[in-house]
Amino acid sequence: MSGVAAAAPLPTSLHGNRRLAQWLRFRAGGYVEVLSGKVEIGQGILTALAQIAAEELDVSLAQVRMLAASTATSPDEGFTSGSLSIQDSGTALRLACAEARAIFLAAAADRLGVAADSLAVVDGVIAGAGGAQTSYWALADAVLLDRDATGRVAPKGAAAHRIVGTPVTRLDLPDKIFGNACYIHDLELPRMLHGRVLRPPAADATLTDLDDAEVRALSGVVAVVRDGSLLGVIAESESVADSALKKLAAGANWRQGASLPDVASMATWLKAQVANTSIVDSKIATSSRPVARTLKASYTRPYLAHGSIGPSCALAQLDASGLRVWTHSQGIFNLRRDLALTLGLADGSIVVQHVQGAGCYGHNGADDVAFDAAFLARAAGGVPVRVQWSRADELAWAPFGPAMAVDLEADLDETHAVVGWRHAIWSNGHTSRPGGARSPAFLGAWHLATPFERLSAINPPVARGGGAERNAIPPYAFPAWQIVNHHVTAMPLRTSALRSLGAYANVFAIESFLDELAAALGENPVGFRLRHLEDRRARAVIERAAIRAGWNQWRKREGAGHGVGFARYKNAGAYCAVVAEVEAEAEIRVRRLTIAVDAGLVVNPDGVANQIEGGAIQATSWTLKEAVHFDRERVTSDRWEAYPILRCSETPEVDVDIVSRPDCPAVGVGEAAQGPTAAAIANAVFDALGIRVRDLPLTAERIRAAIDRAIG
Amino acid sequence: MSAARPERFSFRVNGAEHTLEADGDTPLLDVLRNTLGLKGTRFGCGNDECGACFVLVDGHALASCATPLWAVGGKSVTTVEGLGRPEAPHALQRAFIAEQAAQCGYCTSGMLISAAALLARSPRPSEEEVRRALDRNLCRCGSYNRIVRAVMRASGEATA
Repeated sequence: MSGVAAAAPLPTSLHGNRRLAQWLRFRAGGYVEVLSGKVEIGQGILTALAQIAAEELDVSLAQVRMLAASTATSPDEGFTSGSLSIQDSGTALRLACAEARAIFLAAAADRLGVAADSLAVVDGVIAGAGGAQTSYWALADAVLLDRDATGRVAPKGAAAHRIVGTPVTRLDLPDKIFGNACYIHDLELPRMLHGRVLRPPAADATLTDLDDAEVRALSGVVAVVRDGSLLGVIAESESVADSALKKLAAGANWRQGASLPDVASMATWLKAQVANTSIVDSKIATSSRPVARTLKASYTRPYLAHGSIGPSCALAQLDASGLRVWTHSQGIFNLRRDLALTLGLADGSIVVQHVQGAGCYGHNGADDVAFDAAFLARAAGGVPVRVQWSRADELAWAPFGPAMAVDLEADLDETHAVVGWRHAIWSNGHTSRPGGARSPAFLGAWHLATPFERLSAINPPVARGGGAERNAIPPYAFPAWQIVNHHVTAMPLRTSALRSLGAYANVFAIESFLDELAAALGENPVGFRLRHLEDRRARAVIERAAIRAGWNQWRKREGAGHGVGFARYKNAGAYCAVVAEVEAEAEIRVRRLTIAVDAGLVVNPDGVANQIEGGAIQATSWTLKEAVHFDRERVTSDRWEAYPILRCSETPEVDVDIVSRPDCPAVGVGEAAQGPTAAAIANAVFDALGIRVRDLPLTAERIRAAIDRAIG
Repeated sequence: MSAARPERFSFRVNGAEHTLEADGDTPLLDVLRNTLGLKGTRFGCGNDECGACFVLVDGHALASCATPLWAVGGKSVTTVEGLGRPEAPHALQRAFIAEQAAQCGYCTSGMLISAAALLARSPRPSEEEVRRALDRNLCRCGSYNRIVRAVMRASGEATA
């Protein structure tokens, strides 16, 4: 039963979007429309948010309709990123729905002439003693919700939950399983034309001259559009647009600019650059003990591609009523801001509508292609233009997760206790998302005749989890440490947010190094971690993963190994421990991942399991196989053959154990497993071979090189 | 490229006969999505490297992005829409829902097609056979294990 709570500050999303009508509206047809500023990117968020709304309103899940986000109608909740949607939108919706329920109960009490606290709600029907009843739908009146949220109506306690916490089938999956036209790629608008943009032949190149006579003469070509080095074509069909693009490429001459660094020595390159150095955290020991010895190790990760199976796609239409854009962007309001900035339009003349895309794992090409479409739409005479990137565009021109170098040092005293810990990072920034800077974040905006400034990627504030420095502070109770980030601003390849940001490399490094310490001291890696952890929730996931994996029953055999990795995402989110079991043959095969996760209150247990499984499998792919390749001119890993990812037969068994904590705040899980999975695999490889590989990915070549170094 | 002369091609799609006048080199995927409006077959790479656009051609799972129209003349094409509909789902579609065997779902159509081809030639495959049969289909979200479980479940149901 809802009660009246003391006025507390509203959660961020609700504070910024106070009108209750921005979040939900009851419809006379017997359902409630729920609006969220968060978007479905394959993670199942709309299902979890629908569960939360149904729970607080006491309606059935089938009576909730989640509307796709649009700048015209939705609350502005920034980006769908950082595993924050359950915290941001879930918390806001929980309060908004609890308050809406109380408002409607009061209206029902008036109508029925009974006391509000004598009423109960079941499936939207509001009933009191003696058969008096009405419903949300009968009372459906927008005026009732046209008021600001107060946050004073307390949502249900966990014990009263009947929908939240139960596994629910995803609302969006039937469309996808029956092949319905549910993706942005499938959207067809009346009189729609097809556009393509020609990306340069090198990472830095200027279009010097162009012979497009043959392209313009092609039947079905509507326009060739050029502004500086940004060159595109509009055609009546996709096939004509594709063949026109090939001819444009043949008629274009480019001058190459700056060359790229040597892919084989990125760590050296990063460490040689001018950097903005900051101290992320430091802790000085209350009593200093003499250092008996210091261990050091250096770790690296390469640039990683997002590699969505569906390439980025957008539609745009510019006519007298303004600009409309259909996009799978993670931040529709942010995209709108940068579109306005680039095109010289007012925010208010642009409507950005979200349409689902293929899986999104961070800042991919979605915003870039939206600008490409808007750019071409200006030359399309008021009809919509659909632009779909090629596979090569997606793998070579979407932003990359940055290459990183991490150096670690640990001081041990003569009793083998860790008395000092140093962690240094060299990396580009981890976000260049649109909407927040003086210059737009679009690839195409860099290629205009009057180009917008190429801003270097930045890091989100440490208070929000940081970027390169995410998870760089160890979770262990060491008496002293210094964590330093060298933010490299020279950016030969565009970098931005990729799932878990710097946490992937930092956790890989910390947890590998911890194993190196344990090995140097002859300690069990699980016991060594537990000995240095005070947080009981952290200890619990490690203990549970170890028990479930049979850590203590492990029988050592030739070529096989097991390893553990742990982190609490952003040092404030979900706790995740992974035990990996590998076999080292010609290459590393990960056989099994046993994972324990504590994400506080769980809204949809199967959704959590699915996200953790998926995150762990994707991280296995990153860790074993993935690296962006480039020569001194261009990215060369622009097709799947050159950028292999994990296949079905290479996929480990994944066992997920969810530690239920219904009384702890709900936190996201989409990025919790990546770092611990990488570390657990690397530690298992060490257990199998006695060889420590500190450079990702752990390919056969890397392992052979490490063996050669160990022997040499 | 010389201006292609449209030719006439007849083939079956999901049981219905179609006759089209088109350039024979047009990829089947383009014909399915843009001419016939069958959007369930997804574009992924255009180069037969990811499996998102798989369809059955006379029972074989093929990349429709790399299959020219001329190659399917006189043949029978089945797309994901032809496997089953919500009112009469294919055993695989039921199983994919039961196992919640997707995250973004963009690879799902191709996975269903590869799995349907497998079950047609081998109704009770081992897990290893299922994994091998799905190895040409890339999934980026990490749903492979759920997909394998769904295929195993469907094979059990189909022959139960």
